Amino acid sequence: MTKEIAILGVGMHPWGKWGRNFVEYGVAAARAALADAGVDWRDVQFVSGAATMRCGYPGYVAGATFAQALGWQGAQVNTSYAACASGSQALAAARSKILAGECAVALAVGADTTPKGFLAPQKGERPDDPDWVRFRLGISNPAYFALYARRRMALYGDTPEDFAQVKVKNAEHGVANPNARYRKKFTAADVAASAMVADPLRLMEICATSDGGAAIVVSSLEYARRAGKADAPRIAAISTVTPTFASEVVEMPDLATDSAVAAEPQRFRGALPRKAYEEAGIGPEDVDLAEVYDLSTALELDWMEDLQLCARGDAARLLREGATRVGGRIPVNPSGGLACFGEAVPAQALAQVCELSWQLRGQAGARQVEGARVGITANQGLFGHGSSVIVKR
Amino acid sequence: MGPESAAPVPAALPVLDGWFTLDARAPHLLGSRCKSCGTFYFPKLTTFCRNPACAGESFEEVPLSRSGRLWSYTNACYQPPEPYVAAQPYRPFAIAAVELKKERMIVLGPVVRGVGVEALHVGMDMELALEPLDDGRLSWKWKPAR
Ligand SMILES: [Zn+2]
Repeated sequence: MTKEIAILGVGMHPWGKWGRNFVEYGVAAARAALADAGVDWRDVQFVSGAATMRCGYPGYVAGATFAQALGWQGAQVNTSYAACASGSQALAAARSKILAGECAVALAVGADTTPKGFLAPQKGERPDDPDWVRFRLGISNPAYFALYARRRMALYGDTPEDFAQVKVKNAEHGVANPNARYRKKFTAADVAASAMVADPLRLMEICATSDGGAAIVVSSLEYARRAGKADAPRIAAISTVTPTFASEVVEMPDLATDSAVAAEPQRFRGALPRKAYEEAGIGPEDVDLAEVYDLSTALELDWMEDLQLCARGDAARLLREGATRVGGRIPVNPSGGLACFGEAVPAQALAQVCELSWQLRGQAGARQVEGARVGITANQGLFGHGSSVIVKR
Repeated sequence: MGPESAAPVPAALPVLDGWFTLDARAPHLLGSRCKSCGTFYFPKLTTFCRNPACAGESFEEVPLSRSGRLWSYTNACYQPPEPYVAAQPYRPFAIAAVELKKERMIVLGPVVRGVGVEALHVGMDMELALEPLDDGRLSWKWKPAR
């Protein structure tokens, strides 16, 4: 029995700093996805929301919040929270319902409204909370990305110029993406002129937080056939595995890795796509494009290796050769990535799948990857959450 | 042991109680170790061992190695948000990730004042030091080994 489901329609509300209620973005994205799918809202049997923790109670019950805003129509409902992987978990819930035969067509939605400025930790003295302790010592989020970046420089000879080229490439990709927040080309000189935040990373190399919404209408293959969409892109894998003890790198917000005296260190980022490939029955050599979580420029290079698109340490070489640009052998972040979007946590993993869908349908316009048949996403968030989704046609 | 040979105890209060020894000459981070499988923990864990192959619930407090290899490093060019307390004007400081050989773990910490990223390179030997944060509370910090 196939474990695939069809993507009937996708939709997004543009990313930005709009300052409106997250429900508006979610509903706009859902309506766009339903229109794209040609599915009447009243025919949706399962609504799967990705929760936001920053927008009060309606955010904790996002599935129901979106269902009510679209008009209660008696669908089953679910809400998933898994940090950056929330959207993928919402999608996975919809897939399970469909494959179990409990529904034929479902809607996954995620949206967020982010506060202005940097994310600050909760108030109060909390010495038992590693997140409080690391901020107390002055170790904020960019420091972790910078530690990984510096490590690449030492191990593989990557340079700050390589990292800047990731920004230049992604800015070029996103410039024509109507859903991107930053649609401006940058040069290496622009990046080098931006302020150093955490050596070797500069301000333009670290992703911002954004408002945005994304939605996907999925169905059984049978439903898609009857709807005349037998050739719609299909979800072939959704990997949401946890890390395996012991951790190889220090993960935010920890102060230390696990001790590896009793178990070999494991790379979480590598485990996520490994499970996805296994589930889809394909390998990295089959992939035409990837949407990865470039929380920093250098992190995109880590992801390329974790996705096995090249050998460990070879990512910068691929970048320099132009292989990861649209038109290259294996384009990475044709949407523009987080560099052009900024992060809208519960919507981001769904947005990655939206991009793959447009690419596989040949509807990505100026950023189209020619002949794309197989795409993969990857993201990682706090507390052992992450995901990797494979879409094929 | 007479008072003249006792380790000097700094006057400043530690930023966290019980996270490190107060021996100013040769401080140690204080971790814990699972009595069943030997896995080290920092900060201390005293409940359930996180090794999936171990059901250990019994731990002993142990001082961690006070030196190791620099795994990676960076700095905080901008003033970190609260609860970090910064003197004004803000002075950037370096941050180190140091790999402890015996424990097979990497531990983060600020780097002592006066040592910037230009003085660091991956693989160099580092050791633990005590130094006040900007608000005077004593913290563990990493510094290049003598
Ligand atoms: Zn144990």
